[in-house]
Amino acid sequence: MEPVLTDRFSPMKFFRGTGFIPFIVKRILTSFLLIFGVTFIAFSITQLVPGDPVAANLGQSAYSDPEIVAAFEKEFGLDQPVPVQYLRYIQNLSKGNFGISLSSKRPVLDDLKEYFPATMEIALVAVVLALFIGLIFGTISAVTRDRLPDQIIRVFSLTGVSMPTFWTALVAFYIFFFLLGWAPGTGRLQPGAEAPENVTGLFTIDALIAGDFATFREAFAYLLLPAIVLAIYAVGVLTRFTRASVLEILGNDYVRTARSKGLSEFTVIRRHVLRPALLAIITVAGVAFASLMAGSVLVENVFSWPGLGQYAYRAAVGLDLPGIMGVSMVVATVYITMNLIVDILYRVIDPQLRKGDQ
Amino acid sequence: MSLLKVKDLTVTLMTGSGPADAVRRLSFELNHGEILGIAGESGSGKTMTALSILGLLPYKGKTSGSILFDGQEIVGFKAEQFRKIRGKDVAMIFQDPMTSLHPMLTVETQLTEHLRHHRKVSKDAARAKALELLDTVKIPDPASALTAHPSQFSGGMRQRIAIAMALACDPKLLIADEPTTALDVTVQAGILQLLKDLRKRDNLSVIVITHDLGVLSSLADRLLIMYAGAEVESGITSQILTSPKHPYTQGLIEALPDSGGSGKNLIAIEGMPPELGKFPSGCAFHTRCRFAQERCKQDWPTQVHFGSQGRIYCTVNPSAHEKTGQS
Repeated sequence: MEPVLTDRFSPMKFFRGTGFIPFIVKRILTSFLLIFGVTFIAFSITQLVPGDPVAANLGQSAYSDPEIVAAFEKEFGLDQPVPVQYLRYIQNLSKGNFGISLSSKRPVLDDLKEYFPATMEIALVAVVLALFIGLIFGTISAVTRDRLPDQIIRVFSLTGVSMPTFWTALVAFYIFFFLLGWAPGTGRLQPGAEAPENVTGLFTIDALIAGDFATFREAFAYLLLPAIVLAIYAVGVLTRFTRASVLEILGNDYVRTARSKGLSEFTVIRRHVLRPALLAIITVAGVAFASLMAGSVLVENVFSWPGLGQYAYRAAVGLDLPGIMGVSMVVATVYITMNLIVDILYRVIDPQLRKGDQ
Repeated sequence: MSLLKVKDLTVTLMTGSGPADAVRRLSFELNHGEILGIAGESGSGKTMTALSILGLLPYKGKTSGSILFDGQEIVGFKAEQFRKIRGKDVAMIFQDPMTSLHPMLTVETQLTEHLRHHRKVSKDAARAKALELLDTVKIPDPASALTAHPSQFSGGMRQRIAIAMALACDPKLLIADEPTTALDVTVQAGILQLLKDLRKRDNLSVIVITHDLGVLSSLADRLLIMYAGAEVESGITSQILTSPKHPYTQGLIEALPDSGGSGKNLIAIEGMPPELGKFPSGCAFHTRCRFAQERCKQDWPTQVHFGSQGRIYCTVNPSAHEKTGQS
């Protein structure tokens, strides 16, 4: 039953409520707590890493000059006790200040604003592709269980998950750029081409907003190959997972009931099987998307794609603590947000969860 | 003419150790407006008989023999032909209403989807029919029940919804597989009464499958007792219950608890029912039968008729000698 609204709004009652909206509000609040927890862990890990950021960022001669070292430490607050450093970090974060990158000497936030959308763009295309293909092939595979289509799809999905992504990236680049010349090359646009006016940071979307279809086509052509390479692994995972999930649902009594009604097999699958199967599939899709956001360093390197992976790599090599923490925060936030979205989608798909489970 | 005429039906299932016959040379008839009860222990082939009529046998299941439904031969039907009669002419109610209804679809969708599919009626007409159906099965407040999900109902109410679903396209034959087994005793009575009312109102033909003879005693016109995939006895319900002829049926009835509370001990049939694929040769019951003789182990049991409707499959036919002993 829906909670009966009293005439006075009571926050306590609201939070104890089991409705859809209180759930979302509670879930968003816990997400913020989680992100706060991540700041602590990210900060602690950077403290535990052996290595001296001062040495990593100053040249040999500057490092041997104690005055320069002291000035550097003072500028970046490295002379303060660790808890003070953490408090300052939190204070700055709350103002949207992620600190100054030790390697690029620019505010980390500006760096992230530039690199994050680039990764987001290929990850989004990759995950949409992977979901679309994975769902269709996984379902076909389950429905034709042990027959030829299933066998073929299983071979391909196993290949998909077994090939290392950096290798697929190299092979795809060699074939489609070098041999066939279908792919335009590396980067997000032609060298020297002007990026569309920045609104979202996604070049394709920004080009559409600006009404510049030529740039849209170009940006899309550039992102397609890296996105497909990224998608291959996710397609494999999602196909296999969809197959398992659909097979499990097919064994349920309510599917037999649906069949006993004489509905077409297509309707039985679409209406009675895919919806419950989606519950498990979106969980995997969420994790797959988050890991595409975080783990595409090698693919970004092959395609010279100026994304988060490349930035994270450079920050790590340069022992750029603000940069590393900034990337950690972004990646953690992506994971937490994906979990939030998946949890909400659960309730959209399954009305039982909406009717009060907490 | 009878609505359903099953002759020498054999259902072969694929098991881990190769094909095995789950239903063996089964023959029975069902008339219009009649309720037939099929009884037997689990694994006796009751459910497979029902599923073969709907073409819903498990993976790699095969049927042979003959099933004449409404003049049509069903054995050998293609998937597409089965889909045309399923839900429309033959409807089925399953054992556990907690799992047989879809948890994520509204009652309205589940009540109307096959109606709209088979009859091509409009959404509004289907909804009107759904309201009428919910009223027939005595669901309180049908209008709000339509937008609800199955989880919002109790087991008994869910089984009523399942019955409403089965009735949506006005089927000629309703198959109820253990319709009350998963329900409380008090709820059972209501469901049984509902089935009886429906038969009277629509002249519906019903097959009720159960392991509980008590359920059938007040409901079924005729009984078919199965053991190890084959018929052991069939006939008019009251006659079978008062004077069972086959040793197995006699054992089943002795094992029934007495609602009168006479205090007599229940007598169980010795041994366990055989597993699929391990049915004994000859008369499958010979391993547990107190009258078994050497020839029971080899010969398929002989058919013996009693009166106009009664029949047993028994080579020894002990009831002929025992007449005086039975009351």
